[in-house]
Amino acid sequence: MRKLTGSDILIRAYLVLFFFFLLAPLGVMVIATFNSSRFPTVTPWLGTTTKWFDALFNDPQMWEGLVNSLIVGVAVVLVSVPLGTAAAMVLDNLHRQARTFVYAVMVSPLLTPGVIIGISTLVFWDRLGVKGGLHLAVIGQSSFITAYIMLMVLARLQRLDRSQEEAALDLGASHPQVFRKILLPYLRSSLVAGGVLAFFQSFENYNTTLFTRGTDITLTIYIASKVRTGLTPAVNALGVILITLTIVGAVGYEIMRRREVARAAAARRQAELEEIPANALVIADAH
Amino acid sequence: MSRDVSLDRVTMRFASYVAVNNVSLDIKAGEFFSFLGPSGCGKTTILRMISGFMNPTEGRILIGGEDMKGNGPNKRPTALIFQNLALFPMMSVADNIAFGLEMRGVDKAVRRRRAEELLELVALPDAADKRVDELSGGMKQRVAIARALAVEPQVMLLDEPLSALDLKLRQHMRAELRAIQRRTGLTFIYITHDQGEALTMSDRVGVMSRGQLEQVGPPSEIYNEPATAFVAGFVGENNVFTGRITEVAGGQAVVETGAGRFVGRNPRGIRVGTQVVMLVRPERLKPLTVAGPTPENPNVLSRSVDHIDFEGAFANVHLKQPDGAKPLSMHISNDGSLTDLVGDRIFTVGFAPQDALVLAANGA
Amino acid sequence: MVQLYHRYGALLATLLIAATAIWVLMMVVLPYLVMAEYSFHPNLPMMQQGGPDDVYTLSNYASLFSGIDLLNGELPDDFRVFLRTIWGSTLVTFISLVVCYPVAWHLAKAAKPEQVGLLILLLIIPFWINEILRTFAWYIILAYNGPLNSALLGMGLLDKPYRWLSGSGGVLIGMTYAFILFMMFPLINAIETLDISQVEAARDLGAPEWQIHRRIVIPHAKPGIAVGSIMVFVLAASSYIVPAVLGSPGTRWFTETIYIWFFEGQDWPRGSAYAFILLGLCVVFILSVMRIFRVGLTDIAK
Repeated sequence: MRKLTGSDILIRAYLVLFFFFLLAPLGVMVIATFNSSRFPTVTPWLGTTTKWFDALFNDPQMWEGLVNSLIVGVAVVLVSVPLGTAAAMVLDNLHRQARTFVYAVMVSPLLTPGVIIGISTLVFWDRLGVKGGLHLAVIGQSSFITAYIMLMVLARLQRLDRSQEEAALDLGASHPQVFRKILLPYLRSSLVAGGVLAFFQSFENYNTTLFTRGTDITLTIYIASKVRTGLTPAVNALGVILITLTIVGAVGYEIMRRREVARAAAARRQAELEEIPANALVIADAH
Repeated sequence: MSRDVSLDRVTMRFASYVAVNNVSLDIKAGEFFSFLGPSGCGKTTILRMISGFMNPTEGRILIGGEDMKGNGPNKRPTALIFQNLALFPMMSVADNIAFGLEMRGVDKAVRRRRAEELLELVALPDAADKRVDELSGGMKQRVAIARALAVEPQVMLLDEPLSALDLKLRQHMRAELRAIQRRTGLTFIYITHDQGEALTMSDRVGVMSRGQLEQVGPPSEIYNEPATAFVAGFVGENNVFTGRITEVAGGQAVVETGAGRFVGRNPRGIRVGTQVVMLVRPERLKPLTVAGPTPENPNVLSRSVDHIDFEGAFANVHLKQPDGAKPLSMHISNDGSLTDLVGDRIFTVGFAPQDALVLAANGA
Repeated sequence: MVQLYHRYGALLATLLIAATAIWVLMMVVLPYLVMAEYSFHPNLPMMQQGGPDDVYTLSNYASLFSGIDLLNGELPDDFRVFLRTIWGSTLVTFISLVVCYPVAWHLAKAAKPEQVGLLILLLIIPFWINEILRTFAWYIILAYNGPLNSALLGMGLLDKPYRWLSGSGGVLIGMTYAFILFMMFPLINAIETLDISQVEAARDLGAPEWQIHRRIVIPHAKPGIAVGSIMVFVLAASSYIVPAVLGSPGTRWFTETIYIWFFEGQDWPRGSAYAFILLGLCVVFILSVMRIFRVGLTDIAK
């Protein structure tokens, strides 16, 4: 065991401090939920309670926001996943010069501030006579979430071995069959990951939604309005629920991923072992 | 059922580059035919044109006498085995094999039965439900063959499918491929840059260089009677003497070379005064006991040993050339007398006139 | 295009191009163009739109700068907000870089692999939680009677509670917290690709630790620094919720100004013009960082 030097101790202390900075606010928010103080705080402690969960569940606006957020999230997935996949496939088949230009246009929404995406969507559709509302929030959010999907699918497409498509054609598949049987299954993991990402991006979007929502509210709009006016620890209760779901989801995903990696590795080792007798057979044949 | 394949004055251009230049060839039904050549010689382009992934710029491709123009790869009676095999990793072994049948709308139970039969044929009876990434290299090879056979092609096209395997497995798979071809009676068209593969498996070999067919013939003819200097150089090793013909008589020619005056076969009837190469295989160069040329042994050289590579079954003796040219190579079989070779001594070696081939210096 | 038809057939290729066109034209390019066009119109009542007064004008852009009096040091409110946004975003970017670098170095090169997995997970979890909730957590911490003041008073570091939320301090802390991971991950990715033997060689040649970072690691991490800086700056400059929650009227952000012109002033042309100015600010920042650090667009969009 190496002895700890002064700089080792320094970096460790710094790491502890950094992760405290990162995680403590979440802890504070969780703890404040259970304080019966009318205002969300941990100091002073006025007694432990769960009444703020009841207050949250009895707030019809929260339910309205939640349902709207779910609707918008699903709609964004349905719009952005197909569009992003199509865009990635088109980009993958463009010639060099055209490709650079189209790529720049396609990723530009990712570098554009969300408020500006919201404003341009609002102004453009207003010209066409479409007013703000959930539908416009879907369009506004999809305009940049599609770019994420495009990048994810493009990354996977570029690793596609073209001979897979050719082999399917050679075995008699039609072009639509190649798409359905080879390309879609190959892209499936990216599409699922993209869909999940799209949903969460949409679910927590605020800036773009702020300008496109009309008078509808989503969960983030609800939270923001509560934080700015009429603040009670009911908002914390919502935070606790979201944090719990996030952690459960993250840990579950990590466990699944590790299992999959372990399974694939074990299967490959098994195949290597089986190769040895086959080789022995070859040597026996030769004599 | 198998069919013949004909290339009729086929040319393929990419912009200004000519990948395949005016190639005409008839491959017989049920034949194992190999295209042999270095990378970039156009052999893969030919294969892709036969399978339908490319259309020739000029000329026609006929399968069973029928012009294939306008038929995509999914409408040709061919099956291609890709260099990297291109197995579908998201499907089980059985689903891979049954893929072509599925595309043709064959019933699920029938597909399954056919996949199992084919696995039996390629000696992988228990692999049906494995995933592709659970297979070893040799197993993948067999699955790829089974998958191609499943669609009952009339012509099998193979694009260097053995190149990813290690040496022993490769040799084993050669025999196996040949056996499968015999059993099925299909036309096999095989692409390779490995002369060993081409010579051991094929009924006929076509040697290609720079988009052109240099020579077509059975393996023994390709090796023993190379038509051009390129073929002679690409297939097997050769000692090369360059020089000028001074005399021609009775199918033989006398060539004045930098290393001496030698007599060799002149099957092309090349005329006196022409710049030529004389080619002698290392295994045809033999140690002699005589001191100088005689009427029976007109081709004699005395050379000192440069170095010896011991290859096991034989030794490759490298003999110094006087003008600093590439050393001569002579193969001596390992019959127990090799220890005599050690030491710095002068060898007298020679070759019979029928073992030396005279060809024009540049091309045919 | 030809390749697309060749690979996927006419029907599918046409559908793919149509879908791509819907996104690129209807959701990206045209909205920008219409917003641009809007920003050059005067703000007129509905009746007068398209009438004789509806001429193209730069007045919406000029209004941000009108009233600047450098001699008397007087700045119009909107312009003051604009400057604060630039300065604040730059500061947040710089703080994030300094805070992240040691952690990124440790995670990319120094820590044991089994530790890294856990630490990365700890990094990601707060990142997945809504920006508003994270900002709100800081609102609780920084409140006048909140835990931070209680702790500092308890330790005797303060005599009386400090008003964190009335200056810019709260906004800067909140933004650093909200966007720090957009600096962290590009940095980790960049440092990870450094061949550790370079560091060992430098150490072997007698370089002290700080010189190793100055001469080897930081130059290698340049693309990561560039990408991280671009992300953090753009997010900070376009943040709405953090200044809205953690700021006060005296620390208004440019996004808030835009919102006010849009929905309280009902002046869409001016709001559009300001939005374009904000976009221009981001573009200028992105281009200068790309120029200074010599990185391309493909490095950024990862």
